[in-house]
Amino acid sequence: MPLRDNPLGELKVPLTWTAGIAFIVVLIVAVAALLSDRREAFDTDEYGNPRTLSDRVLAPVGEIASAPGRLTGQGVEGVRGYFFAVSENRRLREELEKARRWQEIAVSLQDTNERYRAILGLKTDPPIPMASARVVTDSRGPFAQSRLANAGTERGIKPGNPVMSENGLIGRVVGAGQGVSRVLLLTDPASRTPVMIDRTNSRAILTGDGGPNPRLEYLRGSAAVREGDVILTSGDGGLLPRGLPVGVAVRGLDGRWRVALAADKAPVDYVRILLFEDFTQLARTQNLTPSGAPPPTPGAETLPPPPRLVAPPPKAATPAPKAGASAPAAPPASNGATPPAKAAPSPGGGR
Amino acid sequence: MTGSAARGLPPWRWLGVPMLQVMAVTFVFALPLRFWGLSLPEPLFAMPVVFAWAVIRPAMLAPPAALLLGLFLDMLWGTPAGFWAVCLLLPYGLVLGGRGMLAGQSQLIMWAWYAAATGMALGSGYLITMLETQVAPDPISVGWQFLATVILYPFAHRLIDRFEDADVRFR
Repeated sequence: MPLRDNPLGELKVPLTWTAGIAFIVVLIVAVAALLSDRREAFDTDEYGNPRTLSDRVLAPVGEIASAPGRLTGQGVEGVRGYFFAVSENRRLREELEKARRWQEIAVSLQDTNERYRAILGLKTDPPIPMASARVVTDSRGPFAQSRLANAGTERGIKPGNPVMSENGLIGRVVGAGQGVSRVLLLTDPASRTPVMIDRTNSRAILTGDGGPNPRLEYLRGSAAVREGDVILTSGDGGLLPRGLPVGVAVRGLDGRWRVALAADKAPVDYVRILLFEDFTQLARTQNLTPSGAPPPTPGAETLPPPPRLVAPPPKAATPAPKAGASAPAAPPASNGATPPAKAAPSPGGGR
Repeated sequence: MTGSAARGLPPWRWLGVPMLQVMAVTFVFALPLRFWGLSLPEPLFAMPVVFAWAVIRPAMLAPPAALLLGLFLDMLWGTPAGFWAVCLLLPYGLVLGGRGMLAGQSQLIMWAWYAAATGMALGSGYLITMLETQVAPDPISVGWQFLATVILYPFAHRLIDRFEDADVRFR
């Protein structure tokens, strides 16, 4: 249809003004959306239905789209493995020799550890179930660093669950839907993780800033950390279990203490999502592994017996022992009024 | 002149198709692919398109299209909803306001304008992230994204070249 025949062809619209008005209206809408969203919220409702829906759409599409690259990578690895099989075999034999020596040490240490636990009456962490997942999308920008993993609520994954690669912690789940979960990486500017320096037991908060090495903030003391110190999760606050490997301390170009993440040693294609919630799951005593005192090793030195506490005069009903009372409990009274020796942990502590 | 050239330029050709192309390319670059052990960069592919929209002509549909692009980036990259929409709309407004100065400029000057618009987008992202998380983003990472985005100007130039004079009503 020629332009002159179109009834709207002669319509003169002040285009610049209408475009300007449209721009202002849309900008207001965008600012309102920005003000109403918070990415640090770990509640599924706060994460938002549109975001959950988009994640559910993006995850399968990402899985299909990344399949050619993944298969090509596997093919290349297969060819490389074929050509370097001999050197790989030699390297693995050496590693196996080392691992066998470490295994002997580990068995001995485990034995010692169990004795100490039994003597001190320590409550041990329950085994944490986990779910494996594959990474299907990956954002690496300076303002947001997160990944979508192809496992979600159907596997019991919830916001707050820690996420690890085979080398160390990479972040935690901030949103979960059917078949998908979004993982906020330790390097995201919104990420805050309580950590400790293994050597000095000092505490710090690992703060992401969009760079490859997150910062160690709120460090106390002048010699709390030095180059190469191993950084672990502290478990403070109950969001993460204690002792997950995070990385090693390094001095940044800006003079700040930073962490070279252990997870960066290898590409993160698969992740393990720990179905850890908080300390309240410690109360499920049936999940605790039985840790009775092992028999003493014949001929080995033994620790002196633990000091016996002077028991208070017996009452009609003995109150339940408080959490954190780590001293060995007195033998139960024969009347059966004393509750079991295992105490219920107090919320947020008792580790 | 052929009949098709005499017709007005439909919005889907200069707004819809580039928007879908940007979404597709951004999604591909968000896949966990690596070449020789290195992951892909993460440029702001939406920037050349938004810059070209502002240069080509004022339009009522361009800001909503920029909003949609921004929301898509938020959903894909995990930024708060509205983050990239604001970061894209601010340079769009700047370029739209300065269209008169851009008319007839050489490609090099246009590239400089594009770099300024990109700087404004990433600068607003920097400030919004600082306000939201109380942490200054790593300037080196921001710099890398800036460089990866600035080298995309030829795509904006191609869009401008193709559509700036394509609608007879605006000649």
